[in-house]
Amino acid sequence: MTFTLSAESEKIVDELLTRYPTKRAACLPVLHLCQRQAGHVSREVIDYVSNRLDLPTSEVQGVVTFYTMYHQHPVAPNVIWVCRTLSCDLRGGRELQVHLQKRFGCGLNENSKDGKFTLKTAECLAACGQAPMVQINDEFFENLTIESLDRILNEIAARTAIPGTTTTGTTTTGTTKGG
Amino acid sequence: MMAEYPRVLTNRYGLPQSWTLATAAKHGAYEIATKAFRDLAPAQIAAEVKDANMRGRGGAGFPAGVKWGFLPKDSKLAPYLVINADEGEPGTFKDRTIMEQDPHRLIEGCLISMRAIGANVCYIYVRCELVTSIARLEAAIEEARDKGYIGSKPFGVDQPMQIYVHMGAGAYICGEETSLLDSLEGKRGEPRLKPPFPAVKGAFGAPTIVNNVETIASVPDIIRMGGKVWSDLGKLPRDGGTRLYGVSGHVKRPGVFEAPVGLTLRELIYDLGGGMLHNDRPLKAVIPGGSSTPVLRPDELVHAPDDKHPLHAWHGKSHIDVPMGVDTFRALGTMLGTCCAIVMDTSVSMVDAARNLMRFYAHESCGQCTPCREGSGWLHDVLDNLCAGKGKVEDVQLLVDISNNMMGNTICAFADGTAMPMLGFVQKFRQEFVEAATGGVPSHTIGATARAVGGVA
Repeated sequence: MTFTLSAESEKIVDELLTRYPTKRAACLPVLHLCQRQAGHVSREVIDYVSNRLDLPTSEVQGVVTFYTMYHQHPVAPNVIWVCRTLSCDLRGGRELQVHLQKRFGCGLNENSKDGKFTLKTAECLAACGQAPMVQINDEFFENLTIESLDRILNEIAARTAIPGTTTTGTTTTGTTKGG
Repeated sequence: MMAEYPRVLTNRYGLPQSWTLATAAKHGAYEIATKAFRDLAPAQIAAEVKDANMRGRGGAGFPAGVKWGFLPKDSKLAPYLVINADEGEPGTFKDRTIMEQDPHRLIEGCLISMRAIGANVCYIYVRCELVTSIARLEAAIEEARDKGYIGSKPFGVDQPMQIYVHMGAGAYICGEETSLLDSLEGKRGEPRLKPPFPAVKGAFGAPTIVNNVETIASVPDIIRMGGKVWSDLGKLPRDGGTRLYGVSGHVKRPGVFEAPVGLTLRELIYDLGGGMLHNDRPLKAVIPGGSSTPVLRPDELVHAPDDKHPLHAWHGKSHIDVPMGVDTFRALGTMLGTCCAIVMDTSVSMVDAARNLMRFYAHESCGQCTPCREGSGWLHDVLDNLCAGKGKVEDVQLLVDISNNMMGNTICAFADGTAMPMLGFVQKFRQEFVEAATGGVPSHTIGATARAVGGVA
């Protein structure tokens, strides 16, 4: 199955290509666009990007595997990144991670039992003064306690459709209010 | 009572919708650029920035004005300005406040700096996780473009200018400037061999200046006040201005604060930071400026009896009473780094803290150079064993040996930035490492919970 970007995103790619003196430089932003649409960076996405930017697939694959924010496998509708670096660790980040594993009944890089969440850890997300924190999709949640995190997750779970009942793949689109 | 300092860089923080042009313009945004483009020659702008004695705010502390001077005079290619907004040094969360609270200040700084160095294009490389920063920057760029501040003739001057946000994709190493350039070019972010330095051959083969967000956001105020006056805001020689201080960890009031260069860690922790989080758990150690800067202990005193020693004025005082400057902290055997401190109280095991950070470095090493790739992973393994009570006393020396074999043996400074803090931990808290080698790490430390459920970290 070949992957194609929506017409709207194709226009964004055209504009992106005007920003740089080389086509290749658009590789990271185009991969972001594709992931937003497809949910993860599949083989088909890599083929698409390599065709669109005239790059060998191996080069695109090399980029995808280098950066942590490209999902190389399908993810649940919501991705949670728990910051595990020192400032968060000092303020209870590790407890949040342990709690999430219990709540979801899964390990790291796995999906929750209900299929609504993928649990990942992140390195320092530049929110050390608001530790501990997690990133859920596109939004930062800061100064957390286990209780406040649970409330947030309950809300998100309630508005998340159960995967399998939707038509196409997953999306990680969230809000952008954050911070 | 918290001391009050002049707010220069942050004077628009906290205003309603401070990130919009409507608010920023009401409070002076783009007035300085308008004047600078009209009244000052590019060389005059550069001269003011040089007079400002600003040490780069990204961590290395290189004099910002001097860096611009490295651009070749005879290049046929227009230089690029690249803003390093890949904020990711553990403990550091200051640049994000500029991008979220006052993106127009950064954009105005970019425009004035582009004028000074003769650039037509500026890329702001932001890590993709900072969604709010990216959204506000992009909206601000759009507003500035609509006004004509960004475009074919900014402020009536015949020097076309474009500013673009370029999103990273999750890699700490991309904060290293040549790695950032490779990432900007659409490649894996692997640091380049130097020379050539970016000023000679940077982005897309053209001369390039890479500056930190805070560095460039300070440029409008330097031009407004004059380099010398701005420089004198700081309390130290050759290290001017005000800067953003961050404090996180075990303090009552973690956050980002603006203050003159030269505050002490004591002021940062006990005044701005509101003091230690728990009244019964005193300060044990502080990492002064991001995780790559070697840890300091409050009970260690400056030993500088020689009156020629740069720290002689603080002879006999605690390390946390030395003013925070690029040169003073280097003399102290650590670094000022990003000026964002991580504060740890007596409940924290230094072995476990080191393990947390070495896991970070093992995860983030780009893998290009063997000493770094293998060394960072090895350090983490040894520390894991020590924490789990499976270590040996010889492991403590092993940590030192591995670190020494990483230092100076790699393409970029990542390995040094890993080895230096590791050596610092062992040097300052050796006894704790030896005790861990025989009994593991006591259960009350930050590692307790995770190991109780089977070592999930």
